[in-house]
Amino acid sequence: MNFTLTNARLINPETGTDTLGALRIENGLIAEILPAGTEGIDCNGKCLAPGIIDIGVKIGEPGERHKESFRTAGMSAAAGGVTTMVTRPDTTPAIDTPEILDFFRRRAADMVPVNVLPMAALTKGRNGAEMTEISFLQDAGAVAFTDGDRPVSNPKVLQRALTYAADLNALVMAHPQEPTLSQGACATSGPLATKMGLPGVSPMAERIQLERDLALVEMTGGRYHADQITTAHSLPALQRAKDAGLQVTAGISAHHLTLNQFDIEGYRTFFKLKPPLRSEDDRLAMVQAVSTGLIDIICSMHTPQDEESKRLPFEEAASGAVGLETLLPACLQLVHAEALTLPQLFRNLSLNPAKLLGLASGRLAISAPADLILFDPDKPFVLNRSNLLSKSKNTPYDLRRMQGSVLKAFVSGKQVWGPT
Amino acid sequence: MLTSRHLLGIEGLSKQEITAILDLSETYVRQNRQPNKHSNALNGLTQVNMFFEASTRTQSSFEIAGKRLGADVMNMAMQASSITKGETLIDTAMTLNAMHPDLLVVRHPHSGAVALLAEKVNCAVLNAGDGQHEHPTQALLDALTIRRAKGRLHRLTIAICGDIAHSRVARSNMFLLGKMENRVRLIGPRTLMPAGVDQLGVEVTDNMVEGLKGVDVVMMLRLQKERMDGGFIPSTREYYHRWGLDAAKLANAKPDAIVMHPGPMNRGVEIDGVLADDINRSVIQEQVEMGVAVRMAVMDLLARGLRRQEKDVMV
Repeated sequence: MNFTLTNARLINPETGTDTLGALRIENGLIAEILPAGTEGIDCNGKCLAPGIIDIGVKIGEPGERHKESFRTAGMSAAAGGVTTMVTRPDTTPAIDTPEILDFFRRRAADMVPVNVLPMAALTKGRNGAEMTEISFLQDAGAVAFTDGDRPVSNPKVLQRALTYAADLNALVMAHPQEPTLSQGACATSGPLATKMGLPGVSPMAERIQLERDLALVEMTGGRYHADQITTAHSLPALQRAKDAGLQVTAGISAHHLTLNQFDIEGYRTFFKLKPPLRSEDDRLAMVQAVSTGLIDIICSMHTPQDEESKRLPFEEAASGAVGLETLLPACLQLVHAEALTLPQLFRNLSLNPAKLLGLASGRLAISAPADLILFDPDKPFVLNRSNLLSKSKNTPYDLRRMQGSVLKAFVSGKQVWGPT
Repeated sequence: MLTSRHLLGIEGLSKQEITAILDLSETYVRQNRQPNKHSNALNGLTQVNMFFEASTRTQSSFEIAGKRLGADVMNMAMQASSITKGETLIDTAMTLNAMHPDLLVVRHPHSGAVALLAEKVNCAVLNAGDGQHEHPTQALLDALTIRRAKGRLHRLTIAICGDIAHSRVARSNMFLLGKMENRVRLIGPRTLMPAGVDQLGVEVTDNMVEGLKGVDVVMMLRLQKERMDGGFIPSTREYYHRWGLDAAKLANAKPDAIVMHPGPMNRGVEIDGVLADDINRSVIQEQVEMGVAVRMAVMDLLARGLRRQEKDVMV
């Protein structure tokens, strides 16, 4: 279907511009960029941006369909303006063979209106011992390799996996947390964790593992993405690696950009995340790092958990929060606070993830796929978690005043969200 | 009367409430020393002790306190019960709640678990220790012991020594003694000092001799080996040498300084056995006695709260 979206603010992360204009969509691709006033579907001056590419989405299938299914994840993504979900392999069983990956992709194709690009496990069973069939998995469609929130503790295993992956130009994503230091911890160490009597982990555990990983990347020449960098202690190492020309990128969840450790007060388990929420100083440093581009990508780290796994004493409760539907409003908080411009934000949400994965989407460019979202950045609302489309409702933003709503979402020119 | 329906921690109490609890405790100290130890503050009420973690002294102290006030007291050994069958804490609480208890005395190995349970029940909940968070009645009984020995509970210098990191007793005592305007000094190996504790209004040192200088009260803590996941100290003999309380180290404190320990003691690990038994310095037995009185006072006040609430509902 061919159509024109007109009178929209075109948020272009490549050029860094935010100007009124129109887009002509033909055969699922962006065909032309036109001036405002062109005839077509009137967007009334709302924002039109490349759809979000969210790296690190957990879907409950296989194994935990009661927490999230392909169908609910797909609806949640479309509603949140996420036009590409890059999924995690930390399912039950883990996605570590081409056969499981094949099942996963077929289910996704049947049920999900947005793009699904799966990541596969880096080691078999995510056990950190033996690497998976990286080449076969690549052929089956894996876009990156990761053991999810389990760091590969044995440096020899990671060294070999990085070396092997480098030959195939495969991307390795890691969760930089030194496993023995962070074992059993459920909060960032400091006066608050001490007062609450919770086992804490120093933010240094992140830096230690990141430094180790970066040394291995230097040794092997592999491509490496740190899923979440959340503390200022990690930034110098990241900067050094980038300056040295290593193929290294870093992400952060919107939660770590908008919440801090004090949110867990009262033992509120919906704020129990991995890594744990950090100090306000760290949060501000991360916002700064995102705006300078040192941190490349913002993601939701969508981790559905049912009520049962959260209604427990803090130490026993499961970690993680859903985020597909709140990713954009949470990030817009940074725009409204003037920490980021809209084009800068979409550089982190769309353009950089596309570049990292070698996708043609993520930009407003001629002959790019028409994966687009139309949104109102200002619309205020109070989040009610029971209205989320995700099967699990474990959001830390319940009852929070937020701004921004996705009016329409398109995937390859086909509308997947909003009134037609 | 307390402002809250529950007693979940010292943090939620005001200075006035602490003083009120201690004042009422004094009457129960007197009552407990008479041949007839019974009164009827909890007549007709049901008290359930739920201990998810093994305890002998605290549980019996609560049981005696309840019985002396006329409550029907039931002990539930939670380790042996439905928890092992996979029931969640909240389900256990809801089940119990349906039996209409009035006072729930709860101990749990995880911080914040008692507060979580309190949200789900209609009765008054008393925290008898949650993880490494709080143990409010221990801090109150320590305060009563100090007040009786020193004649006041303000402008004293109190050293809390040993395994601070794993101790809920240390946290509750820090909060209480701080609120009452005392100087609190934490002494122990750096490996057993929780991160950032120096930002909570206390002095911190790893030197026992320096730390004990001029203190009025020496509060020893038990080395909680069962909570440790790895070596925090090289050996108990080195620990005793550097941080164990003996007469020589105690000589640095004020001549009339008292020695306290929440029990159970590891003699020869954190405290010299002879010193622990020295009736001129050690108030350890008195602490146990005060424990019953303080728990009676707290339950009495919580019961008054419940009755007030009922009246409000009827009007």
